[in-house]
Amino acid sequence: MSVEFRKDLFADERDDNLNEIGKPTRRQDILGHVTGRSPFYDDHLFEGLLHVRCVRSPHHHARIRSIDTSEAERMPGVVKVIRASDVPNNFNTLLSLLNFGRDDEPLISDKKVAYIGEPVLAIVADTDRQARDAVAAVRVDYQVLPHVLDVEDALKPDAPVVNETYPNNTFDYHDKYDHQKLRFGDVETAFSQADKIIEGRYQMSPIEQAPIETNGAIAAPETNDRFVCYTSTQALFFSLGTTAKLLNVSSNRLHFIGGTVGGGFGGKVDSLVEPMAILACMLTGKPCRFVWDRPEEMQVGAPRGAERWYLKDGVMNDGRIIARKFTGYFDAGAYTRLSSYAIIKGTAHLPGPYTIPNVSSDVFCVYTNRTPATAMRGFGVTGVDFAIESQMDRVAQAVGMHPVELRIVNAYRDGDMKAHRREAKNCALIECAQVAAEKASWPIRDEFKRMSSLHGGGGERARIPYTVTDENGRIGERRSGGVAPRPTTVLPPATPAPPPPAVAPTPTAQPDYAHPAAAPPYTPLSPAPLGPPPATPQPSPPLTKEPAEPPARQANRPGYSRFASNSGFRRR
Amino acid sequence: MTKKPIQFKLNGADKAVFVDEGQNLLDVLRRGVGDLSPKYGCAQGTCGACTVLVDGEPYLSCLVLAQTMEGRQISTTAGLVVDGGVDPLQEAFMENFAAQCGFCTPGMLMAAKALLDRNPKPSREEVIEAISGNICRCTGYEPIINAILDAAGRGVGRRSA
Amino acid sequence: MSISVKTFDSAAEAARALIGDRTARFMGGGTLIMRDINEGEQSFSTILLAKDQALKQIHARGEQIVIGAGVTMAEILSSRELDFLHPAARSVGGPAIRNMATVGGNLFAAHPYGDLATALLTVDASLVLAGGEQGMPLADLLREREREPRPVVMSLTVTRPQQRAFRFKKVSRVKPKGVSLMTIAANLPQQAGRISGARIAYGSMGAAPMRVPAVEQALEGKTLDETGIAQAVTVATSGVEPPTDAIASTWYRHEVAPVHLKRLLLERAS
Repeated sequence: MSVEFRKDLFADERDDNLNEIGKPTRRQDILGHVTGRSPFYDDHLFEGLLHVRCVRSPHHHARIRSIDTSEAERMPGVVKVIRASDVPNNFNTLLSLLNFGRDDEPLISDKKVAYIGEPVLAIVADTDRQARDAVAAVRVDYQVLPHVLDVEDALKPDAPVVNETYPNNTFDYHDKYDHQKLRFGDVETAFSQADKIIEGRYQMSPIEQAPIETNGAIAAPETNDRFVCYTSTQALFFSLGTTAKLLNVSSNRLHFIGGTVGGGFGGKVDSLVEPMAILACMLTGKPCRFVWDRPEEMQVGAPRGAERWYLKDGVMNDGRIIARKFTGYFDAGAYTRLSSYAIIKGTAHLPGPYTIPNVSSDVFCVYTNRTPATAMRGFGVTGVDFAIESQMDRVAQAVGMHPVELRIVNAYRDGDMKAHRREAKNCALIECAQVAAEKASWPIRDEFKRMSSLHGGGGERARIPYTVTDENGRIGERRSGGVAPRPTTVLPPATPAPPPPAVAPTPTAQPDYAHPAAAPPYTPLSPAPLGPPPATPQPSPPLTKEPAEPPARQANRPGYSRFASNSGFRRR
Repeated sequence: MTKKPIQFKLNGADKAVFVDEGQNLLDVLRRGVGDLSPKYGCAQGTCGACTVLVDGEPYLSCLVLAQTMEGRQISTTAGLVVDGGVDPLQEAFMENFAAQCGFCTPGMLMAAKALLDRNPKPSREEVIEAISGNICRCTGYEPIINAILDAAGRGVGRRSA
Repeated sequence: MSISVKTFDSAAEAARALIGDRTARFMGGGTLIMRDINEGEQSFSTILLAKDQALKQIHARGEQIVIGAGVTMAEILSSRELDFLHPAARSVGGPAIRNMATVGGNLFAAHPYGDLATALLTVDASLVLAGGEQGMPLADLLREREREPRPVVMSLTVTRPQQRAFRFKKVSRVKPKGVSLMTIAANLPQQAGRISGARIAYGSMGAAPMRVPAVEQALEGKTLDETGIAQAVTVATSGVEPPTDAIASTWYRHEVAPVHLKRLLLERAS
């Protein structure tokens, strides 16, 4: 494979004495891979290995009246039935290791199930087939409950409560809001001054990581009262900590061995298999193997969550975007897992790699009766990037501009202020766009070829504008019939079938260049700031009264901290 | 549960093992005789990670009823290593970055070997067809295709045919 | 239930055992039954195998060709007699699956599988059952294939299509191989440049592969050009109720069926 180096770009910022890039190299683990000797978790043989299988919910949402295991217990090869009551500390949230969010998910659910495939019981047997046969013989009496599968339906006041820890069907942000806010400047005033308003609705479906090796773990007793666990995990210490918490054991009794993972892509961080395998091992005293089969990997394995985004842009005829407003809905599925964090990450990414002087965003982490969502390759950012770039094409079409030129004129330049109040550095989008246009033989005009990330930034563009804040969307407000979240403007309802929701039309191949684009800088749209700008995008005006419905809330443990959207974790 | 005794050759060596009725060949290879090179990816016939050669032809060991393998010759990736050295096909995979996580690799190697043994100078399209039943989720198929073509250039098929 | 395996010398014996045992399944190449076993399917616990060499036969009598139900996709591909079925056999799985999957199994492969069966529908396939019954049209079997006890198919007889009359297309989203979102087989014999006795079959467009009479009638007496096929394209999904599955929705299949049908019909005969 040949690599082309563009040494003309940023030449004085870079040492081109590269000794690895562009040169072929051998993976250090390749010999094991091609000889079939790389030790994946399932490549460990134990005498007397037992097999664990789960009884899983066939319903989106149901209360469990009773579980009858009498027939299963009598079946050949069955060694142990593992019930919810066998899990020492059967309530967890993945990010509790970082003190972010409240416990909301059992390892085994025997009261209520909130998605298809949720485990309600586990069976340990001599062989995989015997465990499967016993699972099939378990009788669970379900009282089916109404379910909700759409993020916006889940936010309606009468929607079924998916997850009792979050009775409003939204994750609680900063102990205060039912969504994550970003405020920068004054979008509403800017909209009123824009030449055009362009709106779009974008959504993407859940995506299964589908590693070829399914999630699984083998646990065995060790000497000194320890347990060894061979695991597929992508996050060894995360899984170890989660297991220690769920099983209420000291982490130094857990000996985790991983690192050889048969594909992960984010789908092997949820730490569901390790605690189950070790629990089975603790209860039987024997080595136990808990491996998802392919249908489980596809149905139960947490995917990249679905997202829906509404974007509203205020645009000048020369292509400058002067205001951008987002309303986003992340489909967390039934439990939080990592979705709450994905939203923090996504919000820090807004409004995309563009210098837009007025930005506003409300993003909701919504619980629905779908498979819980988790990490996958850039999660939190990829979905909204799809929305942003589709919207950019739509804007280009609306103002009759070359889509690449539109991006160049709006791109971050060195020294610009980002909406999350960090200075843009080492920008290169303009140069990337220029090279891409050249490689695609899609010519841009000379003035755009001359633009540079190094020049024209900073100054007025480095200013943090006067920012309008609000306290809409306090926890519980919507549920009690208050403000319903919705995109600022009512869009025409989606037509029933054929319903892939509206995506951006293909940009015209021959753009109309009626409006020559001027180079920045921007003229500020609002008067000079009235005071010092807020330090974070999180508006924190003095509280004049308690929220209408103060949520019952307490920290899980001492040292509870919260997430600040601009800088990650902040202890308090 | 009844156990059936069966005998077959694995990478040239005689094996005798008791299998459960209904047990698949993949399980018998891995847990019965301890050859861990074929992998479990789906047990549905969709991923190809368990591909082995039976009398020189590629089979999905997860869908083979083990007891029908009486007297057959089975080859796996573990058998490609001879005298402690790697086979030129393995060498080509190593040099062309044809593996990332490595989980599909043993199946890919067996699918490639089946092709090259039958057709020492395959076209690119024939290579693509030969691995069309094997899924890779990391590397992408280009390096794998390049590795197989590279191996063909090294005369892998001629040597082992 | 643990699995037990019974092996018979003749398919007829296996067929008799099947009638008396609702927990039994007859296994051909294993690509369907073994998957069920691996996933713990509880509806059967006995596998019946037959070592009958008649299941492996391929022989031609004039334009009629008898294909044993145990013939694999790979064996079709190495048979010169069955060259017209090569595109259909090659569309099934990768090489490993084709070494295992049989003609008989393909007749019972649930949606979205059954690409070979789709092709067979257009070459007048009729069945010989292990119980001795002869001449059952394949379409009849496909309509009732879920009904227990399932018959054991011994062989099929097909009629070789006219030179260059047979066409086959499996449409999938993944290249080069993926699950079918629509499979089309067409047998378009011509007399004096006009289609006579057209047979069109779809796979993955219903519960089982099916003939499409509306399209066949619309092609009768027509020429194979844009004008000649226009009516057939407009009735492409007439009487067809395609399913929604993980690959495509009912709506999508309705929308694209005319496009793919048109492409196949206008394809230059090779």
